Amino acid sequence: MFALHFPPLTHITHWPDFALKNTPFGMNKIFLIYMLAALFTILIFVLGNKKRMVPTGLQNLAEVSVEFIEDGIARETMDIEYKRYVPLLTALFFFIFFTNIFEIIPVFQMPASARIALPLFLALAVYLVWIGAGIASHGPLGFFKHMLIPPGVPVGLLPIIVPIEIVSNFLVRPFSHMVRLFANLLAGHILLVTFTVLSASLWTAKWYAVFLPLPVFGVIFFVAFEILVSFLQAYVFTLLTGVYINSAASHEH
Amino acid sequence: MLLAEITDTGLAALTYGIGALGPGIGIGYLVGQSVQAMARQPEAAGMVRTTMFLGIAFVEALALIGFVVFFLGQA
Repeated sequence: MFALHFPPLTHITHWPDFALKNTPFGMNKIFLIYMLAALFTILIFVLGNKKRMVPTGLQNLAEVSVEFIEDGIARETMDIEYKRYVPLLTALFFFIFFTNIFEIIPVFQMPASARIALPLFLALAVYLVWIGAGIASHGPLGFFKHMLIPPGVPVGLLPIIVPIEIVSNFLVRPFSHMVRLFANLLAGHILLVTFTVLSASLWTAKWYAVFLPLPVFGVIFFVAFEILVSFLQAYVFTLLTGVYINSAASHEH
Repeated sequence: MLLAEITDTGLAALTYGIGALGPGIGIGYLVGQSVQAMARQPEAAGMVRTTMFLGIAFVEALALIGFVVFFLGQA
């Protein structure tokens, strides 16, 4: 009826290389976003390193950011000594936040977490960190006993409980950790592209252009919503990293 | 006259739709209970808010796995 054709999904997620084409080191827009986000994250670490006692300017910004992670996430979720994990949580939060926020920045408009490579590797890295933290804290056998045998379970139920706990802790946790970040960002991206394509095709229509304010309002609202979702997904990823490390490494008895 | 036809894409969309029912109810209940907790005891609001975000993340993950299943089920 409207002759609208939504572009195939590869057009909004697969970007062509713009430099070093046809080599394994081809650079495309996603690569550029990764490099910029990594640069901003490293900037936070470098700026917080200046030694002025009363921080001003950019050093203040970096210190406020790190304090947000330390008080807001690390202290809330971790009973163990949390200071050694604050650099990891800061790097994770700010890298994911900067790769997500490129969704709404005009020239780029692509959340780099909408390709599954980034969430996959971050979830894998966090998986190795919490298994390593648990083994370092309990010993290899003690770690599996801590994770797989909940306290106060009668011994006869263990053949049922242990496989469920294996699947829930060691298989579903990293998978859901990855899919949550990936699918949220991909869904937001598709939503924004849908409303934008609808606005663009209504602009050149005959009398249907009277409906134009609706998708335009939709785009404006969803850009605001995407800012919230970018921050929230980075926050939830980092929060869950803290929770998983705590559940692996804490001595609660 | 053919009014509707069951295709792969249609079934995948229906799958996602049914799969979004549970998390919708779950998140609504969760946020409602956490608002009630924050109203009963305002000094615990920070802890309740953090636990609320944690709970929302777990519940929303199920809806998003359904979303991924939609793309896997498309032709």
